[in-house]
Amino acid sequence: MNRLSWFNTVSLTLGFAFLYIPMVILVIYSFNESKLVTVWAGFSTKWYGQLLKDQAFLNAAWVTLKVAVLSSTIATVLGTMAAYVMVRSGRFFGRTLFSGMIYAPLVMPEVITGLSLLLLFIGIGLDRGVMTIVLAHTTFSMCYVSVVVSSRLVTFDKSLEEAALDLGCTPAEAFRLVTLPIIAPAVVSGWLLAFTLSLDDLVIASFTSGPSSTTLPIKIFSAVRLGVSPEINALSTVMIGIVTVGVIATSLITKTQKVRQQRDEQEAARTQE
Amino acid sequence: MNSTKFAPWADPEAKPLIRFQNVTKRFGTFTAIDNLSLDIYEREFFALLGPSGCGKTTMMRMLGGFENPTEGRIELAGKDISGVPPNKRAVNMMFQSYALFPHLTVWDNIAFGLRRDSKPKPEIEARVAEMLKLTRLEKFAKRKPHQISGGQRQRVALARSLAKAPKLLLLDEPLGALDKKLRQDTQFELMDIQEKTGTTFVIVTHDQEEAMTVASRVAVMDEGRLMQVATPDRIYESPNSIYVADFIGEVNIIEGTATPDGEETYRIDWADGQEPIRATSARSFATGEKCALAIRPEKVTISADRPAEAVNAVQGKVLDIAYLGNISTYHVELPSGTVIKAQTANTRRISRRSFTWDDPVWLSWTVTGGVLLAE
Repeated sequence: MNRLSWFNTVSLTLGFAFLYIPMVILVIYSFNESKLVTVWAGFSTKWYGQLLKDQAFLNAAWVTLKVAVLSSTIATVLGTMAAYVMVRSGRFFGRTLFSGMIYAPLVMPEVITGLSLLLLFIGIGLDRGVMTIVLAHTTFSMCYVSVVVSSRLVTFDKSLEEAALDLGCTPAEAFRLVTLPIIAPAVVSGWLLAFTLSLDDLVIASFTSGPSSTTLPIKIFSAVRLGVSPEINALSTVMIGIVTVGVIATSLITKTQKVRQQRDEQEAARTQE
Repeated sequence: MNSTKFAPWADPEAKPLIRFQNVTKRFGTFTAIDNLSLDIYEREFFALLGPSGCGKTTMMRMLGGFENPTEGRIELAGKDISGVPPNKRAVNMMFQSYALFPHLTVWDNIAFGLRRDSKPKPEIEARVAEMLKLTRLEKFAKRKPHQISGGQRQRVALARSLAKAPKLLLLDEPLGALDKKLRQDTQFELMDIQEKTGTTFVIVTHDQEEAMTVASRVAVMDEGRLMQVATPDRIYESPNSIYVADFIGEVNIIEGTATPDGEETYRIDWADGQEPIRATSARSFATGEKCALAIRPEKVTISADRPAEAVNAVQGKVLDIAYLGNISTYHVELPSGTVIKAQTANTRRISRRSFTWDDPVWLSWTVTGGVLLAE
């Protein structure tokens, strides 16, 4: 392994410090005995216990989870379909416009997306609640899914689908039996991305949520406005933990798969007759 | 010619399995196939040969159902198949990239097509076992495509496309990804399998040696047209145009003007101050008609002195020697500047070679050695 030069070491340290010091401080203070956030009074896990007893937080967590699972699932289905059409259909009239429009929500300010959705829901008389948050999250996370899936589809060998047709599949069967299993990793990471986006969205959710459907980020935000409590720190630490475990698990899965594939290919090359 | 020889194309009663009738295929303004008609018979091993972009792959994709002709008809066993989707055709294809399903084992890849027909399980198992045996893949049934070698993948692709016992098997550059030695072995394996299964094979290739080795008939294509359709020996020995002569193997082309000189024999004046050459031709040429003599290097004899009985002999000096081990090709420059290639088998060791660079030599060939072609 190459030794890092002093310049690289410094850049690396600064970069990581910049990224992680705020989170580290938050995690440390979640174990603070004192009720005062800025004064350290010894180690304790009592805020975690208190968190489990707080019905309002548990409700918000449950709503968030429901919204995240539903919206990321719907977004994955729609986003995959959109990606498939964009990559497969070749050139048609208005293709550039259409593909530009799929990706536009990526750069659209969230406030505008939230506001326009709010106007739409009021306009069609839809009561705000879990349902409207799910719809709103689906809308903005779908384009992320379609970006992830279409980058995989671009490198997908089209003759695999042709082979499936040739062997007697209808186009729908070819998609289900051949295309989908092969692009599954991209679809799964699209789902995870949509799930995380939904989990931490505050702006759009606050436009589209109703009184009975507060999500965790909204709950945290409004609680913090009354002052930061160690309970919030504990909650945030739990969320960091969940996300970290998820990210590490995903990368480990892809890495072992890659390593196994490489080993198999070397093996195959060696045993060539 | 003996009567048991396989030659349905010579039999006017024989019904073709595939019939292209005035087929034209355009992509936008580009004409890939230009008013082409062709019959292919049952049990044939038919090769479509041509440079890239000549339309051979388009022909195959139209047979597979991935493209439809812009004009004309394509018949399979007497039925028009234009517009029939790939999954409704008794045609299977072996793809250039093999297109093996990476998420399925070798066994499941081969069974894939059979399962689509919802055949009973024991029947599928028996058929897959048979295919594995045919392609000698029994040991690899449980492996995934990335766990086997290139040659084995090629055999899986073949087994998968043969599993449904199609009337017609299409092979798109099937051996392109294999190295030379493996390719040669596999060519014979393919012929063997074709004979065993009795399936009609249509192979697309740009490798003329491969086409000559495996095929019962070869179609040489250029720019969407058939240049010549004939058996490999006829393509090689009696090409019908300079294009075909030049595309298949090495050839010397000597251009000149023809003068009839006896029955089916012509005198060709080809260079000022050079003795005219004589050649026979079944095609008749008028006096003074422009013509080209195509003669293969191995039919040109190289010698130190002018052979006494030689009808056609020219003198020149050795410009280059291509030593290929078993044979050597001598490039001989004539006084007119024309370079003629002569090939000899290296029956003696190289240290005993008779000619070397700049040696004056005589080249000679017989009246029937070359083919006289129109310009």
